[in-house]
Amino acid sequence: MYQFNYERPKSLADAEALLAKADDPKLLAGGQTLIPTLKQRLAMPSDVIDIGGLKELDFIRAEGDAIMIGAATKHATVANSADVRKHNPALAALAGGIGDPAVRHMGTLGGSIANNDPAADYPAACLALDAKIHTTKRLIEADEFFKGMFETALQDGEIIREVTFPHPEKAAYMKFRNPASRYAMVGVFVSKGPWGIRVAVTGAGQNGVFRVSEMEEALAKNWSPDAVANVKLPAKGMNADLHGSAEYRAHLVTVMAKRAVAAAG
Amino acid sequence: MSDKASGEGIGQPVRRKEDFRFITGNGHYTDDITRPRQTWAYFLRSPHAHARIRAIDTSQAEQAPGVVAIFTGKHVAADKLGGLICGWTVSSKDGTPMKVGPHPILALDTVRYVGDHVAMVVAETLADARAASELIDVDYEPLPATISLDTCQNGNAEQVHPEAPRNTCFEWELGNKPETEAAFAKASRIVKLDLKNNRLIPNAMEPRAALGEYDKGSGIYTLHTTSQNPHVARLVLSAFVGVAPEHKLRVIAPDVGGGFGSKIFIYAEETACVWAAAKVGRPIKWTGDRSEAFLSDAHGRDHLSHAELALDGNGKFLALRVKTIANLGAYLSTFSASVPTYLYGTLLSGQYDIPAIYVEVDGVYTHTAPVDAYRGAGRPEATYLVERMVETAARETGIDPAEIRRRNYIRTFPHQTPVIMNYDAGDYEASLDAAMKAIDYAGFPARKSEAARRGKLRGIGMSSYIEACGLAPSAAVGSLGAGVGLWESAEVRVNPTGNVEVLTGSHSHGQGHETTFAQLVASRLGIPMEQVEIVHGDTDKVQFGMGTYGSRSGAVGMSAIVKALDKVEAKAKKIAAHLMEAAVEDIVFENGTFTVQGTDKSLPWAQLALSAYTAHGFPSADIEPGLKEGAFYDPTNFTFPAGCHICEVEIDPDTGITRIEKFVAVDDFGTIVNPMIVEGQVHGGIAQGIGQALLEHGIYDAESGQLVTGSYMDYCMPRADDLPSFTLGFTKTVCPSNPLGMKGCGEAGAIASPPAIVNAITDALGIRDIEMPATPARVWSAIQAATPRAAAE
Ligand SMILES: Cc1cc2nc3c(=O)[nH]c(=O)nc-3n(C[C@H](O)[C@H](O)[C@H](O)COP(=O)(O)OP(=O)(O)OC[C@H]3O[C@@H](n4cnc5c(N)ncnc54)[C@H](O)[C@@H]3O)c2cc1C
Repeated sequence: MYQFNYERPKSLADAEALLAKADDPKLLAGGQTLIPTLKQRLAMPSDVIDIGGLKELDFIRAEGDAIMIGAATKHATVANSADVRKHNPALAALAGGIGDPAVRHMGTLGGSIANNDPAADYPAACLALDAKIHTTKRLIEADEFFKGMFETALQDGEIIREVTFPHPEKAAYMKFRNPASRYAMVGVFVSKGPWGIRVAVTGAGQNGVFRVSEMEEALAKNWSPDAVANVKLPAKGMNADLHGSAEYRAHLVTVMAKRAVAAAG
Repeated sequence: MSDKASGEGIGQPVRRKEDFRFITGNGHYTDDITRPRQTWAYFLRSPHAHARIRAIDTSQAEQAPGVVAIFTGKHVAADKLGGLICGWTVSSKDGTPMKVGPHPILALDTVRYVGDHVAMVVAETLADARAASELIDVDYEPLPATISLDTCQNGNAEQVHPEAPRNTCFEWELGNKPETEAAFAKASRIVKLDLKNNRLIPNAMEPRAALGEYDKGSGIYTLHTTSQNPHVARLVLSAFVGVAPEHKLRVIAPDVGGGFGSKIFIYAEETACVWAAAKVGRPIKWTGDRSEAFLSDAHGRDHLSHAELALDGNGKFLALRVKTIANLGAYLSTFSASVPTYLYGTLLSGQYDIPAIYVEVDGVYTHTAPVDAYRGAGRPEATYLVERMVETAARETGIDPAEIRRRNYIRTFPHQTPVIMNYDAGDYEASLDAAMKAIDYAGFPARKSEAARRGKLRGIGMSSYIEACGLAPSAAVGSLGAGVGLWESAEVRVNPTGNVEVLTGSHSHGQGHETTFAQLVASRLGIPMEQVEIVHGDTDKVQFGMGTYGSRSGAVGMSAIVKALDKVEAKAKKIAAHLMEAAVEDIVFENGTFTVQGTDKSLPWAQLALSAYTAHGFPSADIEPGLKEGAFYDPTNFTFPAGCHICEVEIDPDTGITRIEKFVAVDDFGTIVNPMIVEGQVHGGIAQGIGQALLEHGIYDAESGQLVTGSYMDYCMPRADDLPSFTLGFTKTVCPSNPLGMKGCGEAGAIASPPAIVNAITDALGIRDIEMPATPARVWSAIQAATPRAAAE
């Protein structure tokens, strides 16, 4: 780790102010991505501003037909929340399947989507559930938020405050874990709700999370596992590495989609 | 015998004495030790697989905050330190000794793998040392790298060492070539298979660490380090590297968190720390991080083999011939030459009566981390090859896999194999029968069709393994090229109050010696285990010892203790005879009490111990005061643990995921001192075997030589949920060559399990072979390759 100033603001407003005045600041939430990056000396921020402990970012509220989750809410809190389990069990299950218990008790929703790891789970949920991402500056639609590998619509000095997840009618997430890292090698989130039908895929694509319109159309005609079973994705654009070829990942998207539809009922 | 004693005796599942210390955070590992004025070392490592070093400029780094000193290969050379050595010399077919490239502590003009040691920065803090290392300017001339085993011996392949043309360190052979050829000529069937044994990276829980100190007053160096054999480390550091004379160097291996072979070896880091401690006049601490462990711990396995098995018309094996290319990495590590030769070729007979065997092994250099012994060391590679061949032979002949094994088992002992080993005892069919019963082999077809109804592919595979443990008779290993003898030492010190310290040359880094050794001593002397302290790991306390690896501590280390106990008892009887005014022959020692046969005279152990030290009225010509005896035990043969493991898998054809549904291990370890510890060893070994078969693979980029699997993001360590519950069973033939009849259990799981798993997977898929690790992607591809494409496509 290189030397940096460590700040622990008392409020979101303080955090914004610190962010504005520092040279090359970095927000710290659960630290599950940032701290390993710092330890490997792959980042050299001047200031690390720790918002992980901010109470105003740590909440889950069910209101009307949506659930609001604060950016600093930990994966374990989401997984165990009675509200999330009741209104959006697929989201609770997704959060409960991230990493291991230690990671789930440190890692946060905001940190996960701000980081936009192409193999992370939450981006698939946001995209498939038509989530609204509220920042200190604006509201960003999930469709507009994820911009490719580790890229998001967030601007300098912008902090995620909360994410609104409208309740789905039906939803499920199926994750094929990378055997080593246990991140998603292919994760498919399917949903049916006020937004229609969505199928979002994480882990597989070279540009991060994406939607599969052929599957969405097929499911709109016939909500059943068979409907997606015949939608085969091209290998082009899929990730390939020592854990699996592009062809394998493309194949797994179909398998996971089928299983997700079956699980969603 | 008191209840207590019977609950602690040999064969009892006594809880491990050492665990309370470990699980309450009271262990003392090398990194826990901190000295006044201690400094920290950080090693600058090569980012290139192969490069010439044109120049190293440390001037800027020397000015960095907190820097105490910076050392490079030039400083090492100026002090005339020797390089690291390989303690086993293997000769080629033509009689020439292996071709050894120098292995400097810090690189002089060339780096030969990613992670090779370029400079050591010593600073006030680790952060200072690391920051300064980034200011060292190394002018590298990158060169092409030789990575692939397939091509490393080609004429145009980049040379790792000029001393070894075609990157070939040795071309070794074992067995009888003409007899083997003759047997092949008359065979009615020849089974052929090309096999890879994947490279593994050890990953002990505690990374390697060192703390070097120098006492100016006495001129004595002290090295605390993560070693499985501190005396061997001291010998190498003094006699070969020349850090200090042996009597001026103390090596301590305190609590060590796992080794699996990787901590047998003497590495650059601890050598540099203890050497430089005198130069900077302050203690130097180094603790490797996980990334450094991936890069620089000696790796394991990495073989490429072609094997052929000749059979007669009845499925009887006639001969085996094998050609193996074994990766040694960029430099020879401490025992690396012995692993793919004498620990491998000698086990190619397996449990079978194979009249003729001929094996050739080329040991080759590549621009990768050194490869040396890793749990099983050579024996897993041999077992994998033999058991894959036997399984393939069964399939090609149509003989049931169990039946073909039965037809070929060795049934009379001793049995001389064509590859050196003389098996002393065993009952291979007993293990096979027990394992088949435990897994309900007969019920497998029904389970397979039930799985098929669920769309799953179910397969079963077995492995009848044998290994050679209890390393090893000194004369035997000496004749094969070892630079050391492989005996073990023990000293039993009885204190005046009757409690006992046992000094052993074995070293426990997870094996539980503090428990099992104490069980042996307590039951022999009739005292509670709390009164026995096992002392190990310090060259100032234990006179000499050969350490722990190759499942030798029970068979060899405990045999030395038995020998010392025999001497203690003999002397104690002499004292008892004197005190009770009886003849020595009439003294009986039982349950901690000396009695005179046929009388009611008796003397408890504690009283005898005190008398030994008060020595009042001893006839000094006959009886010396005190009660302390030492022994060296040199085994007369290897020991031969053997058994049968059977694995049942279920494969999801949609994803390629393999689940191990059942795993049965039936092992013959001879006498078992503590079944709970033995079961733990078997569990751990199978977990590592499952890791090799399904998950783990150390991969270097074929062009750049970068370690692709340099962290847990890509190197897949087994997790609890990757493993099934194991069903264990034991059969027993006593080992005739040592006093307790023990064979050793530490490596069996890792040796036996990979072929059982791969046999099960290939059975499920109906294919000849699949490379390890059989990852979901590989299994899926194998299914795709085996299924004809749909006509429509
Ligand atoms: C062993 C391990 C296994 C894991 N497995 C999985 C897995 O299976 N699936 C998965 O999805 N993830 C996985 N993760 C990632 C983990 O879930 C974290 O969610 C993720 O690392 C980021 O969350 P964090 O709170 O730790 O963020 P941090 O590491 O603190 O920050 C990450 C990035 O987000 C920025 N940031 C944080 N909060 C905000 C905010 N409110 N507004 C704007 N920017 C912000 C930071 O500046 C930083 O750039 C794993 C991590 C580890 C260590």
